[in-house]
Amino acid sequence: MSTKAVILVGGDTRGTRFRPISLSVPKVLFPAGEKSLLAHAVDAVIAQPNISEILLIGFYENSVFDNFLAQVNREHPDVSVKYLREYKAMGTAGGLYHFRDQILRGKPKRLFVINADVCSSYPLSELTAKYDESEANGVILGTRVAKGIAANYGAIIADDNGKVLHYVEKPEESVSTLVNGGIYLLDVSVFDVIAQAKRVHGDEHAGNLDDEDDDEDKLSLEQDVLPVLADTGKLFVYQTEAFWRQVKEAHSALVANLLYLEDSGAKNAVWVDPSAKIDPSAKLGPNVTICEGAKVGPGARIRDAVILPRAEIRANAVVINAIVCSGSRIGRWARVEGSPISVSSYESTVVKDGVKVPRVAIVAHDVAVADEVHLQNSVVLPHKDIRNDVRNEIVM
Amino acid sequence: MKGLILVGGYGTRLRPLTLTKPKPLVEFGNRPMILHQIEALAEAGVTDIVLAVNYRPEDMVDTLQKYEKEYGVNITFSVETEPLGTAGPLKLAEKVLAKDPSPFFVLNSDVICNYPFKEMIEFHNAHGGEGTIVATKVEDPSKYGVIVHHPGTTKIDRFVEKPVTFVGNRINAGIYILNPSVIDLIELRPTSIEKETFPALAKKGTLHSFDLEGYWMDVGQPKDFLAGTGLYLNSLGVRNPEMLVPKDASYLHSGHVLVHPTAKISPSAKLGPNVVVGPGVEIGDGARISRSVIMSNAVVKPHAHVKQTIVGWNSRIGRWARTENVTVLGDDVEIQDEIYVNGGRVLPHKSIGSNVEKPEIIM
Repeated sequence: MSTKAVILVGGDTRGTRFRPISLSVPKVLFPAGEKSLLAHAVDAVIAQPNISEILLIGFYENSVFDNFLAQVNREHPDVSVKYLREYKAMGTAGGLYHFRDQILRGKPKRLFVINADVCSSYPLSELTAKYDESEANGVILGTRVAKGIAANYGAIIADDNGKVLHYVEKPEESVSTLVNGGIYLLDVSVFDVIAQAKRVHGDEHAGNLDDEDDDEDKLSLEQDVLPVLADTGKLFVYQTEAFWRQVKEAHSALVANLLYLEDSGAKNAVWVDPSAKIDPSAKLGPNVTICEGAKVGPGARIRDAVILPRAEIRANAVVINAIVCSGSRIGRWARVEGSPISVSSYESTVVKDGVKVPRVAIVAHDVAVADEVHLQNSVVLPHKDIRNDVRNEIVM
Repeated sequence: MKGLILVGGYGTRLRPLTLTKPKPLVEFGNRPMILHQIEALAEAGVTDIVLAVNYRPEDMVDTLQKYEKEYGVNITFSVETEPLGTAGPLKLAEKVLAKDPSPFFVLNSDVICNYPFKEMIEFHNAHGGEGTIVATKVEDPSKYGVIVHHPGTTKIDRFVEKPVTFVGNRINAGIYILNPSVIDLIELRPTSIEKETFPALAKKGTLHSFDLEGYWMDVGQPKDFLAGTGLYLNSLGVRNPEMLVPKDASYLHSGHVLVHPTAKISPSAKLGPNVVVGPGVEIGDGARISRSVIMSNAVVKPHAHVKQTIVGWNSRIGRWARTENVTVLGDDVEIQDEIYVNGGRVLPHKSIGSNVEKPEIIM
């Protein structure tokens, strides 16, 4: 059965919680182990049988994905992978609807729809098996989360066979700890439901000329489409027991890094790109990714950190619970540190001396941290020179 | 004649505005900052302008090509691959600056004033030395490098950094005219023109200072950008009052207000003093704006109060919202209805839905 995949990649006028990292690299291209979040998703799709095409939909400029697409097309010449740019943010279903002709070209029977800002084992074969055995017209990847945070996600109420009885996006109070993992396999008839939602939405919009924020092209898969699908009795959930995490801000990116590294079986949960230069006397890990062209000097210590391309960690520097973006330099004996990373925590800030401060230390693109400087629970925007110690601060 | 404008790097002090536009293109008094300088140089007969930059943003290149035609000048970029300080860029641009024996201008791109270029040339030629520094008087000289003259002359004897006792109140205003021979004193390495080149010239007795008339401001950071806007509008009020909002305009509260002709302002709004309103801006009924700059296509909704704020391009301030205390909104920021923002620096594309009670960066 011919299947296509649509991967939603977002855009730079949203996802502001990933700043300042996203000022130089889109969130979905952030590395987690050997490859980016997006590459984890794309590779999982390509590993499935009968995939005819993968379409990335988002509202970044075209050039943002040029390198990524060139690499995927080189490695997988048999699968067509393209980027389709929305001219504005249209919501999770708005983009699908806008590009429906392109998606339906070649008459695929069903679609994987994937939000690329998650970290997951991508159990797509299991999703497909559930679809087939249930004679479904849609399967959602479901995952269990703690009751305290469940209300931040789409809540799924299902029977013992996994048939979705009710779906509600971000309910005011938690109604289920089984939540939407942002990964779907859907029959192409979903476009009929989207078209219907579009009509309803258009009518509401017509009656409400006053509200400038209401955009008639904006449609949400979670709010406008899934509840309708649930009512058909043909929407099912596949509940994964494997790892899953939404990547929102820096802390969750470090957690994603850890989950992918542990899953890959990397020794000591460390991934070093072959082109990176690591002095043998430096100590790395656990939970460390070092990207292409990065350098780590003698006696440096790196733990719970991601070092992006061409960044340099000089001799005897310490980088812990931190992200160092591309081209940045951390001086000798400098110390860049945040508060501990925790898979079970969802807080992007910690309280220190009675105030909320950033949990992860972030050194954005092309920043120089001078020798011996201590940068603690702080965030530095691109192109800055840091010559003095910084604590609990955002440096603009 | 020739001129060098020291533009420098990413203008990080003027963030969040410079996250969207390179600093020289950020509008000051409704025109890109660098245009004030290019226009003044062109008027003084300068035909070759070099921009000393650490990086070369493409949108800046495009805009400046337009100005080349408009003002009949050649504009070239001199790109430092590593920071060269304030003197190194002169050496790097030697080919243009020393292509003939005539003197050249040097100016810091952050400085605004009534550029006295014509008078500077006359003064420079009259004293016959190698260099002329524009000097401005300041109230508190202890924060600056103060110029000390040979008694009774314009010839500079020496500079005193951050003097603790009174030695004078004239400081270097960041604008110079120099002979090409000065470049021979500079090596191609990170060098400070203020701390190395000028003291050497003073020792030789070939450096003079020229007193600046009127206002002067370094507008490289938001607080000074707003203060400098007030000084600039004040100067417009003296020199080109017809450019300002007329005294009988219904929406004028007080002082000087500059409004782009394409802006739409409710007659019941009250603006002033020291307000600049950019192209395509909309200001609603009963809104109040003072000591602020509203960049193009921003919207100030009815009854909002905007005080000491830079409202970035395409931003929206909600009804009955209040912003103050050097709040700076980046491109496409929304302050929701009835929200209060005290000294917030808000990055582009954010929507603020709860009060910002104390100065804070909203990422």
